[in-house]
Amino acid sequence: MKTIINRKEIDLNVADLERNLLDWLRESLDLTGAKNGCGIGVCGACTILVEYEPKRACLLKVKDIMNKSILTIEGLTKEDGSLHPLQQAFVDAGAIQCGFCTPAMVLTAHSFLLQTHLPTREQARKAIKGNLCRCTGYQQIIDAIISASVHYQH
Amino acid sequence: MIQQMDRKPAWRNDAYAKVTGKARYTDDIKFQNCLYAVPVYSDYVSARIIDIDTEKAAKQPGVVKVITYKDVPGNLQFGQIIKDYSIFAHDQIRTCGDVIAVIVAKSRLQAMAAIPLVKLKAEELPAILDAEEALKEDAPLVHASHGSNIANYHCVRTGDIEQGEKEADVIIEQEFTTSRIEHAYLEPETALCRKRTDGVIEVYGSMQHPFSTRRFVASTLGKPLADVEVKTVPMGGGFGGKDDTAAIVCARTALAAMLTGRPVKMTYTREWSMRESYKRHPYKLQYRMGLKQDGKITFVKVRIVADGGAYCSVTPWVTWRSTVQCCGAYEVPNVHCDVYGVYTNNIYCGAMRGFGSPQVNFSIEQLIEIAANKLGLDEVEMRRRNMVRQGSVTITGQKLDEHTVSLEQVLDIILKESDYLNKRKQCSLGNPEQGEWYGIGLAISYRGMSLGAEGTDFNSAIINVQPDGSILLETGVHENGQGSESAMILLCAEHLSVGKDRIRYRQPSTSSIPDGGTTVASRGTLMGGGAVVNAALQLKEHIAGVVAPDLQCSADEVIFENEFLYNKDKSKQLSFNEAIRLMYNRQEYPYSFGVFQAPKVSWDEHTGQGNAYFTWVYGCQAVELKVNAKSGQITLLNMWAAHDVGKAVNPEMLKGQFYGGMAMGAGYGILESCDVNGGKVVPTNFHQYRILRSTDLPEMTAIIVENHDPLSPSGAKGIGEPTNEIMAPAIANAVFRATGKRFPNQPIKIFEEKETQRHRETEQKL
Repeated sequence: MKTIINRKEIDLNVADLERNLLDWLRESLDLTGAKNGCGIGVCGACTILVEYEPKRACLLKVKDIMNKSILTIEGLTKEDGSLHPLQQAFVDAGAIQCGFCTPAMVLTAHSFLLQTHLPTREQARKAIKGNLCRCTGYQQIIDAIISASVHYQH
Repeated sequence: MIQQMDRKPAWRNDAYAKVTGKARYTDDIKFQNCLYAVPVYSDYVSARIIDIDTEKAAKQPGVVKVITYKDVPGNLQFGQIIKDYSIFAHDQIRTCGDVIAVIVAKSRLQAMAAIPLVKLKAEELPAILDAEEALKEDAPLVHASHGSNIANYHCVRTGDIEQGEKEADVIIEQEFTTSRIEHAYLEPETALCRKRTDGVIEVYGSMQHPFSTRRFVASTLGKPLADVEVKTVPMGGGFGGKDDTAAIVCARTALAAMLTGRPVKMTYTREWSMRESYKRHPYKLQYRMGLKQDGKITFVKVRIVADGGAYCSVTPWVTWRSTVQCCGAYEVPNVHCDVYGVYTNNIYCGAMRGFGSPQVNFSIEQLIEIAANKLGLDEVEMRRRNMVRQGSVTITGQKLDEHTVSLEQVLDIILKESDYLNKRKQCSLGNPEQGEWYGIGLAISYRGMSLGAEGTDFNSAIINVQPDGSILLETGVHENGQGSESAMILLCAEHLSVGKDRIRYRQPSTSSIPDGGTTVASRGTLMGGGAVVNAALQLKEHIAGVVAPDLQCSADEVIFENEFLYNKDKSKQLSFNEAIRLMYNRQEYPYSFGVFQAPKVSWDEHTGQGNAYFTWVYGCQAVELKVNAKSGQITLLNMWAAHDVGKAVNPEMLKGQFYGGMAMGAGYGILESCDVNGGKVVPTNFHQYRILRSTDLPEMTAIIVENHDPLSPSGAKGIGEPTNEIMAPAIANAVFRATGKRFPNQPIKIFEEKETQRHRETEQKL
């Protein structure tokens, strides 16, 4: 029973299989970039990528990621600690305020940009529909996604 | 004027930590041997407590302690103004969010499992669920000891109201209502506390006011302020909402840590947060306005009733701002205003971004247009004829002559940017031949900055230059996510003429810097920034005095420029680092403690007259939208905002405040309402309390206007709240121009709920 988290293979314990995935990531693996904002899959702050698809970790169990590849915000940052171009775009666009929604927002945008070549603002707007942000009004988040899109080779 | 095209990359000192997920919010911090606490609520809204039985819960697996009011060593009662809030309910349940116990266990799941086993024996009491009912003479009292359900009363008495009535050619009466609003910060309340070996209780928490939190904690524990240290950690949004409740969560957690001798963490679920945390006040506003035929307002008479819920919190301050700003940004010679903050058994209300202004602006900015319509005048011209200008006297008798009164400037910018006058001609006004109605609308405001006559208003900053020239900066302002630390660093760099990269912002704690008051009232940049500038000035004076001989000039001739110090004709120079080295060599610390005290304000509680705020921010926002004639669905098409911020310190982050404020204001206008039913908060989570998603919002334009404020050391005023107080009335005015109908109740619902549902169903069938 294995899973791949941020390119590293991890053995799963039977005892953990029924645990809430978000709690397990945060508590057992100390991957605290995924946040708990509602616990019912509405706010999107716990978004992680499962096989590059955005999923709500708060609605999943550990067994749901068995033999799957997971990317969390900690895995998007390069090994040397330098930022992924999308992260840099979030910084430069002023897309970060309180930052609680940011890791999930970045991952949702990453998945979207992997699939969509040079998107329009309207497409970017739709892509982040599932992620709530109370600080920014989403304007600069969309700016960031558009400006980062040139870095995605298709 | 800064437009969107002049764009430099944004900068904030915490961006890297936040974008990589490395930033540790309270719940992300781990202490060894930690216990977990959860709150216990009752099923009552109003009841007399007979007994709280915790015995069974205490025996559950993993449970270490069940805490009730009996365990509080300090003050059970606390409150920022009236001490009417029980940290743990003891004699009475007064609202659905009252906490009767806290369970502490080895795991959070074990603590939660024990919740149903705390048994409350109580006798139900009649509940007062309506503010007007609460005002009736025979109404039961929410707090018998207070002697009345009126938590507070404010008034304004200006001119002669009877004279104003006589002079009026037209009189308009209109009632408005506004809803209760949930702050909906993305991070629920959380606290982590431990007792240090020196006896100090250390508090980490998701709260926006470390010093206010310290007061709550120290009072509950019965400890002196110096024995409680509240540390600053990243916080997931506050919007005014992380004061009382967040501080109370910290106080209960600190108590648990003190009683068990182990670190304790209490992280709220969204359900607990929505149930217990205070909201924005719902208001009822009854306006009577008189005008001359030429559109000049002769009088305003208004009665405002705010449902403050079961506890006072900061209701007197919130409603005071409503009092001062009850006539909007207009000159009115005769004013008679009564404002009541009222106790009910509903969930209590307190601070929220805007703080008593969104309610009055929603009303007055519609009223001015209703009046224009009635008089057959242009609504823009109507505003021009009445708005405050340079040298105007406000309704509370304050002469606006100490800063640039730029209301007309921001109005003109928005008219031009939005092409308002042309687009106005295309508005539908409910044309029955159109399936989709188009409308454009705007609103203006002025806003008194900082606390004004609410309370003492000062802040401090410490600049501590290290021997190698690197700088530690600290202020009494809290990073709520708005970017205050970055703004402080930028101001420090600018005023010391050094690069921002040499400055490190210290994560301050309540034990390292004096109480600077709370980071509210859009006062962070104004007050904290003022202290930074003053600290920088003092430091430069000190350094200049020490190194002037080396520059062969007098101290007052020393020039600081671009990391260097020069004499007058620049024939001699020292690098900043060299100057600092000389300071240390001569046994002089390059250290300064700067203070900014707000200029004097005044208020007479009996007449409602005085210089309420030392400076004001002027703003205008506009929106264009369409309304589906069948479903009533409102679609926002474009939003614009222009605000005179005094000076832009960090333009991209400043625009972030514009966008976020407009978005929150739009949610206030068309969507949000935190309803109560029988005193119980109806929405339990974000599926029921909806906030605007990205697809609900349009493209936004932020226009920064800068008229440096002479009373602000940095020239900057503030922006957090001005941006969030006029989008709702702009929407209401646009909806009027789309539908031909006025909607005096916020949030705006084109059709009643049932009707909307029926339309939706019919459309689905089609």
